[in-house]
Amino acid sequence: MKQPDLLISKLQEKDPQAFTKIYERYSESTYGIIYSIVRDKEIAEEVLQDVFIKVWENIESYNPSKGRFFTWLLNIARNTAIDKTRSKSFKNQKKNLNADYFVSIIEQKTSFSTAVNAIGIKKYIKMVEPYCKDIINLLFFQGYTQKETAEELQTPIGTIKTRSRNCIKSLRKLLINE
Amino acid sequence: MSEINDIIESGSLELYVVGALSEKQNAEITAVLKQYPEIEQEVNEIENALLQLSAAASPYNPEQLLDRIKAKLNIGDSTKVIPIQKEDNKTKVLMWLGWVASIALLIGIFSLWNKNKELEQQIEVVATENKDLETQISESRASEEKTKELLAVLRDRNIQTVELQGQQIAPEAFAAVHWDKENNRVYIDAKHLPTPPEGKEYQVWSLTLEPLTPTSIGLLSNFESDENKIFILENINLSEGFGITLEPKGGSATPTLEQLYTLGTVG
Repeated sequence: MKQPDLLISKLQEKDPQAFTKIYERYSESTYGIIYSIVRDKEIAEEVLQDVFIKVWENIESYNPSKGRFFTWLLNIARNTAIDKTRSKSFKNQKKNLNADYFVSIIEQKTSFSTAVNAIGIKKYIKMVEPYCKDIINLLFFQGYTQKETAEELQTPIGTIKTRSRNCIKSLRKLLINE
Repeated sequence: MSEINDIIESGSLELYVVGALSEKQNAEITAVLKQYPEIEQEVNEIENALLQLSAAASPYNPEQLLDRIKAKLNIGDSTKVIPIQKEDNKTKVLMWLGWVASIALLIGIFSLWNKNKELEQQIEVVATENKDLETQISESRASEEKTKELLAVLRDRNIQTVELQGQQIAPEAFAAVHWDKENNRVYIDAKHLPTPPEGKEYQVWSLTLEPLTPTSIGLLSNFESDENKIFILENINLSEGFGITLEPKGGSATPTLEQLYTLGTVG
């Protein structure tokens, strides 16, 4: 799937229909990222709304020569979600903080939307190496840098790079072949 | 070529997509990506896998939040006027001229039709106030008497009916718009539109004539499963006409004029 450049440039011209399409395309993934950080459906919904309001209001600041739109959106989502976890109201709540939270969500989930190859994803979660769960969780879901991930996992920085490639590569294989 | 392969195998592209690189590294990768389609393809596949993984980690699809967000941003679809394409494209202009011409023709046909209707409407009928209007529209197809009954109800409620005639692509097609201006609502009677093909759906447009500007007022979604083929949409526009086009599922920003099925002006 290519990045929808035309849609993004229409969004930059503040076209509401482009906004709808961007939302339809990215909101479920964004919600998954936010939920894995705040771990509460209602709070995640609040954050998701804030994120897409920011997308609309700040879309001019997205510069295609600096990176992918998805990456830009991911950064907004993770930052907004992390800000939320630092807020007062949030601190009072007990949170489940195990590292592979995204794994348990997928394991428990029974129905997937059509955008997802559910069989491939489930198979991946079942067979994936434990270190992949950590790496994907930190790099992708939590937004750690390569260096922070290396420190957190006490692994050399170069290893993080090759492992993250291998971990995502095996996911891609299952998504194509299942 | 091996340079491309080195970049792909290095693991940098994965870090690029997840956003774990510095701004400088990002710019470097973006530059090679624009240069080599193989690298772009690789990035697309990485991104697609991660999109699916994170969508799978979402407890549910948050579709229902879209309306709330749009309301907060004040960008509800029905209120926004879509500007006509900016590009100075000859064929587009010709197509618009086509639309203008058919509207002019329709105004003629419509006035004849209107006279005819006026005669019909003089027949007195009892209005069944409590019946749901939607049921009534669908029942009205069954018999002439019911049609008259419906017309009376519509007149009573100050609802204006606009007949949409079939266009070139489907001359036999036909639809009616019953416009309740007081409640900003339109009842689209679409029984005489062909069932849309897979992956397409009808989109209804409000038109203002000078300058000719279409504004989407909604989609006739789940057409096939809708039993009576009457769709209720919101319309707050000062419409001077209505058109129905066939569009890819989810609708389009501007109407696809080659797929204009029916069209009519407000009398």
